[in-house]
Amino acid sequence: MIYRSAFGLPGWNIRNAFDELNRMRRQMDQLFDSMSTGSQISYRSGVFPAVNLTEDSEAYYVRAELPGLKADILEIEATGKKVSITGQRQIPSAGQNAKYHRRERESGRFSRVITVPGDIESAKVEASLSNGILTVTLPKAEEARPRQISIR
Amino acid sequence: MATNDTRELQAKEKHEVTHPAEKTRPGLMFTPDVDIFETDQALTLLADMPGVTPERLTIDLRDNVLTISGEATRSAGGNETPLLVEYNTGTYYRQFSLSEIIDQDKIDANLKDGVLCLTLPKVEKATPRKITVTAQ
Repeated sequence: MIYRSAFGLPGWNIRNAFDELNRMRRQMDQLFDSMSTGSQISYRSGVFPAVNLTEDSEAYYVRAELPGLKADILEIEATGKKVSITGQRQIPSAGQNAKYHRRERESGRFSRVITVPGDIESAKVEASLSNGILTVTLPKAEEARPRQISIR
Repeated sequence: MATNDTRELQAKEKHEVTHPAEKTRPGLMFTPDVDIFETDQALTLLADMPGVTPERLTIDLRDNVLTISGEATRSAGGNETPLLVEYNTGTYYRQFSLSEIIDQDKIDANLKDGVLCLTLPKVEKATPRKITVTAQ
């Protein structure tokens, strides 16, 4: 009521202005959040499947989202610094008398080779598939692991 | 319809969406890819939700609006440093409006290998009665 008399504006206009400011502030917060957490996609290869590569002191980890894939269809090969993931996604047909309303899930072949920065022990590569996420663990070669060096 | 097996799969970016309501938790939100097909008995919905476990999946049906929401678990360990990030994880969220013909008590949901299979049976139609008219 004070605002109204002081600025000669109806009360709801003031409130709308504050709502708008709040909205802008939220958008700015979101923008900064996404920048600081590094959630932005940093690289797109355009090859299926999209992978995330991480490392710790022991190994490299390649992860890919492959929903509905069975482990026996996937072929994973590791040589030197490269790991290849090959497979085929099959979507069984719903039958003759089924009528489709949406058809967004795709089937087809795929093959992808990922090069990791260091040498790996290809004999110890392990892969697991759970909840549609493939994880390939590539243990680092002994020479490639970081070593603690004590100063004398 | 037969699937074309010789086709190469193309990389597809996840569709990011903004939640209709204001968010109370941080994180990204994606639209899952779905297949919906209908037979005489039921409507079947298949949704790709990789990384979602049954505990983190909620299926809600009210006022004929079906809401699917699933939170993908972050699979990377705590002390791993990312070298390459091509996809992000977050929550899958999608809503569908259903018609009245769905028998809402008999809906069956099954989540396997990151694919949700939702069977929505149709209400059994009233059996048609034949009325014979007898002429006098």
